[in-house]
Amino acid sequence: METEPKKEKREKIPRQAMPEQAPADRIRNFDEVPRGYSAETATLEAKRCIQCKKPGCIEGCPVDVRIPEFIKLIAEGDFIGAARKLKETNSLPAVCGRVCPQEDQCEKFCILGKKGEPVAIGRLERFAADYERDTNQVVVPEKAKPNGRRIAVVGAGPSGLTIAGDLVKLGYEVTIFEALHKAGGVLVYGIPEFRLPKAIVEAEVDYLRGLGVKIVQNALIGRIKTVDELFEEGYDAVYLAVGAGAPVFMNIPGENLNGIYSANEYLTRSNLMKAYRFPEYDTPIVRGKNVAVIGGGNVAMDSVRTALRLGAENGYIIYRRSETEMPARIEEVHHAKEEGVQFKLLTNPVEYIGDKNGWVTGIRCIRMELGEPDASGRRSPVPVPGSEFVIDVDTVVVAVGTMANPIVPSTTPGLDTNRWGYIVTKGESGETTRKGVYAGGDIVTGSATVILAMGAGRKAAQAIDAYLSGKK
Amino acid sequence: MYTVVAAKQLSEAVFRMDILAPEIARKRKAGQFVILKIDEKGERIPLTIVDSDTGRETITIIYQVVGKTTAAMSALKVGDAFQDVQGPLGNPTHIQVFGHVVCVGGGVGVGVIYPITKALKENGNRVTSIIGARTKDLIILEQEMQAASDELVVCTDDGSYGFNGFVSAVLQQIIDRGEKIDHVFAIGPVPMMRVIANLTRPYAIPTTVSLNPIMVDATGMCGACRVEVGGKTKFTCVDGPEFDGHEVNFDLLASRLRMYCEDEKRSYEKHRCGSNGN
Repeated sequence: METEPKKEKREKIPRQAMPEQAPADRIRNFDEVPRGYSAETATLEAKRCIQCKKPGCIEGCPVDVRIPEFIKLIAEGDFIGAARKLKETNSLPAVCGRVCPQEDQCEKFCILGKKGEPVAIGRLERFAADYERDTNQVVVPEKAKPNGRRIAVVGAGPSGLTIAGDLVKLGYEVTIFEALHKAGGVLVYGIPEFRLPKAIVEAEVDYLRGLGVKIVQNALIGRIKTVDELFEEGYDAVYLAVGAGAPVFMNIPGENLNGIYSANEYLTRSNLMKAYRFPEYDTPIVRGKNVAVIGGGNVAMDSVRTALRLGAENGYIIYRRSETEMPARIEEVHHAKEEGVQFKLLTNPVEYIGDKNGWVTGIRCIRMELGEPDASGRRSPVPVPGSEFVIDVDTVVVAVGTMANPIVPSTTPGLDTNRWGYIVTKGESGETTRKGVYAGGDIVTGSATVILAMGAGRKAAQAIDAYLSGKK
Repeated sequence: MYTVVAAKQLSEAVFRMDILAPEIARKRKAGQFVILKIDEKGERIPLTIVDSDTGRETITIIYQVVGKTTAAMSALKVGDAFQDVQGPLGNPTHIQVFGHVVCVGGGVGVGVIYPITKALKENGNRVTSIIGARTKDLIILEQEMQAASDELVVCTDDGSYGFNGFVSAVLQQIIDRGEKIDHVFAIGPVPMMRVIANLTRPYAIPTTVSLNPIMVDATGMCGACRVEVGGKTKFTCVDGPEFDGHEVNFDLLASRLRMYCEDEKRSYEKHRCGSNGN
């Protein structure tokens, strides 16, 4: 009968909300929207965790974070211990706590979610990692003795950073080759400051450098050197984590008019090049008054919310299906709505209209209706004849997806790709058709999530370790 | 960091610079370019690799001061450094034995056509080169082009040096003489490339141009540098920078190059005022 009162006490604690910047304030700045838990709130939230014997939450985490263990440490007030526990399996906890879709991962399997609300695992992860960093208590953990083996990782995005952290801890000498001038991949060029402050990404990348990971920037593999040349230089294995960074355009008339961006370009200018601080920073960006973003994913939400912060009076989402089918996280759609984004659903662009100077002035759109479910189970949108209309715009951001960049596959003989250009791997190990070459993340799966790319890095690290351990 | 090891003013607004970049120097081929970024707040700009010296481990660039970044570059001294130099980028020029090749370069574009001319000559082509500028003082790389060509004609718009007139007039003369031309390479300002492409089209002389659209990453991830070639959208950084001049939509290229005119002026003004204030 002793457990009974305890249980009652637990249920009295509701899931703790996270304070946020008010919409009216935040659309005028690029500061982070959610402010994070205080120590008190985090402790309270941590106490909600019932410390299951067979925790489902861990099953839902692609990098196997020891969730109940780190949460217990927070509940006991040992915030630094919690951060160290997280870093045993996750090199980027401050990032994951912010951008993982927890509702589809760890929190989906939380037992408390069956009757009420799940433990806010993501917010707690964020809290512990932030606490460690903000109080300057980040330390480099013990790692295995150097084993003399060298690994080349191509691409410094979430997948490449994860495998580098894992392998360096096992004693490998790891060098990451990154094409851009900053490490982080989508974390630095894609996800905006207001969702993921770049200083946090930099701190987590610096932590990996502290672990001994070498990062070579401005190195586009396929041009500066090929995968074959990496082996010639003495690398024992190569991990390809180059992402799916090539933008998709719709190939409709007028798409090359001035003022029309791919989401990749728009976000790269704003996030990586800090064009929102032009002319303090040198890279310009078009600050449209009427900005339309085509698409309904997280990248579309990031783009339209960026447009508002750059001063747009009207920010539109133009999406060919209905809200139910939107692939963006519910939380992001909610944030966008709060900020005044206007949703033009069941609407598809058919042509861009321009002025005599070559600038976009409008989008000819057609209304859509949902037909029968397609192979993926989603109802396919069908144009409604005669329903065309024009939306006046001065800036457009095309966020309808990305595809594989061909530079690495086309310069690596024997590396098989599928018909979309993604690298073919055997199972979850990331093993490709080239001996010693592994691949993971978006270049294998197509555009997915940060955490899935990290999970692929984790599995490939184990596979590479097994491969090289077996090799005398 | 990528240290500046030599810097020289070639004409009123054109500068030449040697930058320490060992791997790029070893790897680069004619027709390829680099992206440079001066410092943390800098923008990324594309510039052609004019030459390289594997012994000194340097690459050479030639640029014209047209705005903030190039002005800031012209103030860099030997020993200063770029924070980032990324390259080599783009496809190398397709070099083969064409026979008689005419290389046409305009303004600072002569810096871009020089390595191609050199490679064409080294590979056994007979090379006639035509280079031009507004006036005598703006002619660059005359001696280098002379050495890389069997014949060189220098033109100035104002007649202050060499042939009085545009490079296209000299090309027309060669065609009118009935001399066989197997291939033309034309690199320079958009209007010049357009004129040359229009000139060679009726004679069906294959004409290669090197395009200079706005770029950001230059690795194929953004499409800022998209151009239309033969009615299809291409990314200059990965599909180019060289294309069939007869297929390029030069109007679109010119229009897209004007996209940030106002911002560019603003940034340059701010930079100049800042410099004067010191």
